[in-house]
Amino acid sequence: MASPDTTTALESAAEMVSVRYPWRIRVRRWLRSPRPYRAALGIGVFFLAWYLLIDAFKVWRFGELPGLVNSTQEWLSADPIFGVSLFTAEYYRHIWTSFARVFAAFFAAITLGVPIGILMGWRRIFFGLTFPILEILRPIPILAWIPLAILLLPGREIPIIGLTFLAAFFVTILNTLLGVRSIDQVYFRAAQSLGFSQSHILWHVIIPGALPYIFVGFQIGMGACWFSLVAAEILSGSAGLGYKVWETYYYVQFPTMVITMATLGLCGYLSSGLVRIVGNRLMRWRAKLLAGV
Amino acid sequence: MATQGALAIRHAGKIYDPEGVHVVALDDVSVDIGAGEFCVIVGPSGCGKTTLLNAVAGFDQLTDGEIVMDEQLLASPGRKLLPGPDRMVVFQHGALFPWKTVLWNVACGPIAQNRMTPTEANEKARELLGRVGLAGAEKQYSGELSGGQKRRVEIVRALMNDPKILLLDEPFRALDALTKSVVQEYLLELYDYSRKTVFFITHDLEEAIFLADNVVVMTTRPGRVKKIVRVDMPRPRTHEVTTTDRFLQLKSELGAAIHEEALRAFEAGERELA
Repeated sequence: MASPDTTTALESAAEMVSVRYPWRIRVRRWLRSPRPYRAALGIGVFFLAWYLLIDAFKVWRFGELPGLVNSTQEWLSADPIFGVSLFTAEYYRHIWTSFARVFAAFFAAITLGVPIGILMGWRRIFFGLTFPILEILRPIPILAWIPLAILLLPGREIPIIGLTFLAAFFVTILNTLLGVRSIDQVYFRAAQSLGFSQSHILWHVIIPGALPYIFVGFQIGMGACWFSLVAAEILSGSAGLGYKVWETYYYVQFPTMVITMATLGLCGYLSSGLVRIVGNRLMRWRAKLLAGV
Repeated sequence: MATQGALAIRHAGKIYDPEGVHVVALDDVSVDIGAGEFCVIVGPSGCGKTTLLNAVAGFDQLTDGEIVMDEQLLASPGRKLLPGPDRMVVFQHGALFPWKTVLWNVACGPIAQNRMTPTEANEKARELLGRVGLAGAEKQYSGELSGGQKRRVEIVRALMNDPKILLLDEPFRALDALTKSVVQEYLLELYDYSRKTVFFITHDLEEAIFLADNVVVMTTRPGRVKKIVRVDMPRPRTHEVTTTDRFLQLKSELGAAIHEEALRAFEAGERELA
């Protein structure tokens, strides 16, 4: 999990440099750089492989899977065979349900996780009390929490959100803690010299100083949310993209299954992108710093 | 002339890890700095200069002796640490908050201490920034500035708090020679303007003589006072004084003492490696 996110962080750092320019210039620059063409090539190779393995030659067990042409037709059809396409309300109902769950869980996770992480990084006693138990609970896979969530939380919706929450919660705490720890001691000394109160230190040293790490945590946390959402929906849902993936498998509606999977990917990508944009807005000082190097 | 900011360091001692490795960083260091005096401490790396500065600043406690400023006890073994805006520190690697603008960095102290309203503080900050040639930089983030600009901003930030004493820990170490001479002159200009007591650490002898009223040479581990030399060159000074006979005379007088210590430090380092 660590390495792809490192690349994302580096990429977003590079993108942040251009934050100041109007979007028109940015788009033109982007089109002149090799990046969009490399991305297009990578995606193209993937679809070509799909087409060749399944549609064209039915290589080995790939023959059993839904082809590229079939799936695309189904997705774009006004009257889809299995009832789900870009033009059906059901498609958007599933997307909406999953998005709502992810965002509810994500916001709960960051509202609780950031203060806890800050306290852990800032106050040694609190760290001593909470870190060991956190380190024991954190490695428990989300799938292992599912029975407990069902036993503990009422209804159908709350266990799903609870499980989704849990994944982002631990990541947010840990990254916030690391962020606070990463702040150079010299800034705390400077703040003491300048006569800062504790709340001044919190708002003007700790929070902005830890923000880069906190936002890396948000990005990883957002990914973790989608991951555990699908697991939770598969087991106890009645709607949502994760549920739909499993249901279509069950009813042998393979093109729809693939459509839903692709939609999950796009939703995850979009929501991580959203987090990144917000982060860049909040950390312009860093963009300029990186631009200056 | 300043009437505040007289600093007395009496028999200061500092032992790191007394039960274990037992490193004597400072041993019976006594220095008297008069109100408004510019005192420069020179010595090789590891002579306890920064330890002494941290004790004055209130970041670290002494294990022996005491530090008194204007009859007020600042540090003695077992006392609570007392950092505060009466002793502003300019740090070796700089400590401007990179996530804040230059103006915010400079104005934040008096606002945090409730001594000025934000409007007053911003106005004063702009005035001081103008004085060091940084009037146009106020809206920039401090990370965007060059090394020399950062140093100037940091000194201005310190002065904004109207401290009794300014503590500078090798502030120009990382600057190239040209920038260094420019920033040194700005510092002297600000010193002549504010007449704060200055406690300045360096291992650059020419810098020490150029800036100081008194140069204190320290010995290497354990840190002791080896020699105190009065620099009797008139102020205001510009870089032209570095070519005068008096400057060269002081340089050779101090140079011998420092070279001896540097050699000892070097040999000690060799021993540690062997």
